[in-house]
Amino acid sequence: MKKLALPGILFVLLARTAAPQDMPRFRWENFTTAEGLPDNRVYSVCVDGARIWAGTDNGLALYENGKWRSFHPADGLAHRAVLYLALDKKTGDLWIATMGGLSRYSAGRFDTFNQLNSGLANDVVYGVAVQGEYVWTATAAGASRLNTRTNQWSLFNERNTPMYEIWTYSVSPGEDKVYYAVWGGGLLEYDVKTERWKDYNDPDGETEIVLYKDQGLIHEITTSVSYVNQIVWVATYFGASRYDGRNWRNFLDKDSGLPSNFLNQVKSVDGTRTWFSTDKGLAYFDGRNWATYRPALDTRRPEMLVRDAAGKVTSVPVDSAPVHHYTFGVDFQGDDIWVATAKGVSHGMRIHQEVTSNDHRRRDPGVLVGDRH
Amino acid sequence: MSMWGVWLAMAAAQALSPAQYPSPVELAVSPDGARLYIVCQGTDELVVADTRANSVARRLKVGRVPKGIALGPGAARVYVSNSWDDTVSEIDAASLAVLRTLHTGFEPTGVITDRAGAFLYTANRISNDISVIDLASGKEVKRLAAGRGASYLTLSPEGRRVYCTHIYPNPGRYRTPPQSEITEIDTATQRVIERQRVVNAAGMFHAAFSADGRLGLIAQIRPKNLIPLAHVAHGWVFGNSLAVFGQGIDGVVQVPIDELERYFAMPFGVAVDSARRLAYVSSSGSDVVTVLDLNRLLAAIGTTEHRALANDLSAAARYVAARIPVGRNPKALALSPDGTRLYVANRLDDNISVIDTSSRTVTATIGLGGPRELTPERRGERLFFTAKYGFQGHFGCASCHIEATIDGLEWDLEPDGFGIDIVDNRSLEQVGETAPFKWNGGNPDLETECGPRTEKFFYRSQSYSPEELADLVRYIKSIPLRPNRYRLPNGELTPAQERGKAIFERTRKKDGTPIAEPLQCPVCHSGKYYTNRQLTDVGSGKPTDRSPLIDVPHLTNVSLTAPYLHDGSAQTLEEIWTVFNPRDTHGVTNDLAKDGLNDLIEYLKTL
Repeated sequence: MKKLALPGILFVLLARTAAPQDMPRFRWENFTTAEGLPDNRVYSVCVDGARIWAGTDNGLALYENGKWRSFHPADGLAHRAVLYLALDKKTGDLWIATMGGLSRYSAGRFDTFNQLNSGLANDVVYGVAVQGEYVWTATAAGASRLNTRTNQWSLFNERNTPMYEIWTYSVSPGEDKVYYAVWGGGLLEYDVKTERWKDYNDPDGETEIVLYKDQGLIHEITTSVSYVNQIVWVATYFGASRYDGRNWRNFLDKDSGLPSNFLNQVKSVDGTRTWFSTDKGLAYFDGRNWATYRPALDTRRPEMLVRDAAGKVTSVPVDSAPVHHYTFGVDFQGDDIWVATAKGVSHGMRIHQEVTSNDHRRRDPGVLVGDRH
Repeated sequence: MSMWGVWLAMAAAQALSPAQYPSPVELAVSPDGARLYIVCQGTDELVVADTRANSVARRLKVGRVPKGIALGPGAARVYVSNSWDDTVSEIDAASLAVLRTLHTGFEPTGVITDRAGAFLYTANRISNDISVIDLASGKEVKRLAAGRGASYLTLSPEGRRVYCTHIYPNPGRYRTPPQSEITEIDTATQRVIERQRVVNAAGMFHAAFSADGRLGLIAQIRPKNLIPLAHVAHGWVFGNSLAVFGQGIDGVVQVPIDELERYFAMPFGVAVDSARRLAYVSSSGSDVVTVLDLNRLLAAIGTTEHRALANDLSAAARYVAARIPVGRNPKALALSPDGTRLYVANRLDDNISVIDTSSRTVTATIGLGGPRELTPERRGERLFFTAKYGFQGHFGCASCHIEATIDGLEWDLEPDGFGIDIVDNRSLEQVGETAPFKWNGGNPDLETECGPRTEKFFYRSQSYSPEELADLVRYIKSIPLRPNRYRLPNGELTPAQERGKAIFERTRKKDGTPIAEPLQCPVCHSGKYYTNRQLTDVGSGKPTDRSPLIDVPHLTNVSLTAPYLHDGSAQTLEEIWTVFNPRDTHGVTNDLAKDGLNDLIEYLKTL
């Protein structure tokens, strides 16, 4: 109960104390094929200390000591299209979800698991996550779990879970629960202790009209899930949902700072502070205020928009932005953020301002552009 | 009476079971040189020898089949890996009491601590990984992926790296050269930071460093399994060699210890003197310790093209300083701290040779007890592990059946042309009652398999006498069965294993259609060893096979014996059915969903 309450309290406190000018600002450094990426279409980024991994449409890329280098199927990678990356923080091994199986990169060696040579359910692997000795994968034919100590594969699908649609897209494990975003099948929860599955669905069905706001998952077409501090965030193609184990809260572009309802990824820092990768920019929510980072959709100029709790939208002058507004995912490197986009990788270097709120407002007033952007 | 005297008295009082041979395999010397710790895998003991008296001072029971030893910081603790229990015994060096039993991965072999004694590492041979144990809590905190057959661990002299070597090659594509790796772990982060690939190497054993850390040596074998074994007369079966790496050496250089007309088979133990002048290598199949002049060795490496050096049987003459005959099946080596004595664990003589390093002669032998009479099985074991019957002592049974298991390779054994009748190296556990033998069942009994067939096709020299052959067969039939790690302790099956068993035993497809009797798993894989001992065509034959009829293999510990099928073309159990059973000729599996196949494999892992 305590665990459930803490993020909720944080959520309320942050909502009351944060101010728009306090929203994180970044200087963006962008990387494309010109800088050595094997492909500009980057589906996933993963931070490993000072090293950055990027999963692209044409290979795995590693940024180290200021240079990118690439890995391809000829090096042992399961497939050229790398969809998601997960780091085992204990061992340093990288787990790589691809369109042709699952790979593990460990100190220069690739080990590949596919549906022919292993118990993996399907070669199309959209998501992967590490939970202790288990590696969970989201595949086009349900969930697979590898016990790395015994090499046992456990498959979860329509035959042994409430998964009526088996197109799993994303997985996020915690110590007590594992959540799956099932594309067209809502949200699936696995209880580690009881080994039972439970599904969460849109109470108004698959309709894109929200009939029952905050009464459940916002839509069945879920693309990403993030479970942190007992808080579940779910990304869909029709908005975002937050679930604290008791209550749902949903977010749409029309009543939040989301730049779009089309979400590719949600990734929460602590259950409250959360990042959204959308087709119209990268969005951040601190529990009260929203910020969007992108090249402007019309002018392509760097843009940072802040929407406060009252719905006022402020444009904060910035001189850099992520390389493209179509974003696939993020990962965190201390206060910095790395972003996978349709046109390359962006590194957001946090700008820390040692000024008071009043000073900040006077020197960097921003531009009020309306209630909503 | 001093504590030491008490130990001596207790040692004298402790009697061994007559059926047990100590079989020493690993050694460690205390920093003051007074004690020699000896791991005896045959009697599940740690034996402590008094090096001044060259006699046994104390015996201590540890877990089953101990295979590794490490001394903690200051040698206050002794750690012994118990390979059949998946544990490490932590022993107080002063009292020789077991303080804790630490849990590891499957079949821990090599064991080492970091300099501070904060973390203990074990190389787990059949789970192919490395356990990292926090010695404060005694708990395993992480498991690192190693190569296949992870077995031996060595701490670099400055303490920053742990090096892991492997007795099997890593899985690779069918009919490609084997490749092993040296796995390097950063002791600061307890992470694998590098994997040095060693091409053409399959089994890699003990490693040793010079005291300055600039030179590393690993005993290894280079099997030449892609060409017909008929080329034994040209030296083309095994390269018994060393992997050399370190400062000023580009990558890993492989250097032979064999000679043009004499081979030094199955290198295992390595030691380097503190002055970095000499290295010692035990050849466990040739009953010899080779002394290498390291300056001359490095000169050879520096002046010879590395690939040519690896296969140059005349090269050893440039750097081998001496060959010292020792006891049977010499395994680990350990130098005394002052470098004057080299200890050699003679596994199949149940004793320790003490070599005077200046005269390069055995000056004493420490007996470890055990039965005076040799059983036929023990005599056969000696035959199995010696290379003296092979042409010019090139190799023996254990060159391929490493430590009486497998080598993870597929071989081109017969002089029938390149790539004809490729065979997988089968496990020998419980093989005795599974006649006929050979992939096509061509040998009706083990006497034929191991006698005329071995003499004709393998050794190319006069082989065993009838009495010896009988002993060898007795040994093979007695090869111990390693405990199966996938069975629950209570003998029950997990739900997945239960479902897999039902699939294994089913007589109807999922749609209710009857499965023809020859295609039901238990028809061929029947009986105690899961073989009906018949020949059958399961559709996995290749155009290069003389016959599509395959001897039905037994399935004992089948999960440990990859690759699979008669020719080793299936890299995993899954591939037997996902790749090589498109027409349901090797059992009916194509009606199964993926989870059903996974369940079947979970069941097979329990056999």
